[in-house]
Amino acid sequence: MDWVNAVVQGTLLGGLYALFAAGLSLIFGVMRLVNIAHGDLIVLGAYLGLTVVMATGLHPLLALVFVVPTMAAIGYVLQRGILNKTLDDDILPPLLVTFGLSVILQNLFLEGYTADPQKMNAGALETASVSVGGLSLGVLPLLTFIIAIVVIAALQFIFYRTPLGRSFRAVSDNQEIAQLMGLNKRHIFGLAMALALAVTAIAGILLGIRTSFDPTAGGARLIYGFEAVIIGGLGNLWGTLVGGVILGVAQTVGAKIDPGWQLLAGHIAFLVVLAIRPNGLFPRVSG
Amino acid sequence: MPEPILLLSKLEAHYGDFQALYGVEMALNEGEVLAIIGANGAGKTTLLRSVSGLMSNAAAQVVYRGQPIGALRADEIAALGIALVPEGRQLFPSLSVEENLLIGGRLNRKGPWSLDAVFELFPVLKERRAFASTALSGGQQQMVAIGRALMSNPDLILFDEISLGLAPVIIKSIYEALPGIVGDGMSAIIVEQDVSKALSVSDRVYCLMEGRVSLEGRSRDISREAISRAYFGVE
Repeated sequence: MDWVNAVVQGTLLGGLYALFAAGLSLIFGVMRLVNIAHGDLIVLGAYLGLTVVMATGLHPLLALVFVVPTMAAIGYVLQRGILNKTLDDDILPPLLVTFGLSVILQNLFLEGYTADPQKMNAGALETASVSVGGLSLGVLPLLTFIIAIVVIAALQFIFYRTPLGRSFRAVSDNQEIAQLMGLNKRHIFGLAMALALAVTAIAGILLGIRTSFDPTAGGARLIYGFEAVIIGGLGNLWGTLVGGVILGVAQTVGAKIDPGWQLLAGHIAFLVVLAIRPNGLFPRVSG
Repeated sequence: MPEPILLLSKLEAHYGDFQALYGVEMALNEGEVLAIIGANGAGKTTLLRSVSGLMSNAAAQVVYRGQPIGALRADEIAALGIALVPEGRQLFPSLSVEENLLIGGRLNRKGPWSLDAVFELFPVLKERRAFASTALSGGQQQMVAIGRALMSNPDLILFDEISLGLAPVIIKSIYEALPGIVGDGMSAIIVEQDVSKALSVSDRVYCLMEGRVSLEGRSRDISREAISRAYFGVE
């Protein structure tokens, strides 16, 4: 029963990892931008949530009402102001610029919030649990997993059922021809980054409720996000959820064997998938 | 003489150090079909790229309805009512046939063309509307590319080598559809390798050679000898 428990807890943890990864996957899918600052943007979401909670006394989940639009606006401005200028045939400039952005964000966190670990208090939600078939499931991890499914279903809907998603896919396919359709790719990229950071805001707040975070917490989140995207296969959002779950289960099962193995087991699972299926488990079938 | 819908004056275009167009002068009247012929590398595609905004030029080199548009971006030019059917079709592979057409119509310009009108012109596309655009034959893909451009209800439509790589019977059926397309007062520029095809569908013809206009005239008056001189540059 302990093992079943480890797998179930890992699955729920995978929901959080999928939320870390969804924004990363979306940005890469639309504009082939590898965002090294993604982990720090997740942490930015957590700090913004903390600021709202401290200023207003709202519950952290209600803080989403402010943090999601703020992060979306930051995403649009960031894309139009800086990142669009780095996008060309060369893939190196966006890597360097987002790496620099990561350093800047970490130092801003340090200036603004000190190096002390912070945490958001979600009250009774943090300790509440439900009993299912002999397993005790935390309400917060369960809620996180459900949110992850809803977010990915929503992204999937936007991508494949709306004119905005059609524009995202067209620009991703062929930027030049997409412009002939009257699409301003700079604006479309801005909207994609806004959507990605809106998702990142949700991930950041859930992170900040679940664990404590500090200015350097972004790096590990970036790695988990990358691993989930790659395990699942680039460009496949449901695959990203599966990737997050595999990563989460590997970590909790690893921790069950030996507490020191938690992170290692996750990375090993990632490497095994990469060795067997270099394109991930569910790569997008490209035309 | 009414003002031309499109006027190119001293149009120059470069790819890095390579100059592709040298001071091209061209005028297109409202409702007219213009053919551009010339050998490979003469600058035909470059000219269409300059008009559609895929290549940036000095503003005054391309004038559309009296407005200098040479320096505008492709999406801004599309919004003014100029559509390009690109060489090699270039459909969006991750969009279905219907989605390819719908994205062509996203500018919401008013006019006769709609999804239904395109399906009426090319009925086979209606049957295949849900197919991936990559699953179609070359000729059907070309129909989607033409339909996609029409969906924006352009005032000026540019065709780049629409017969390239297609079977003769398909080319014939696509050219048979052309009068129905440009008949409603739309202006068109057709770039075509097949000289007799180009002459048969156009009002006037320009021949380009090494980035310069080497011949200009009415399609029905122009002689074979003049064309071969302008085309190959030999006496």
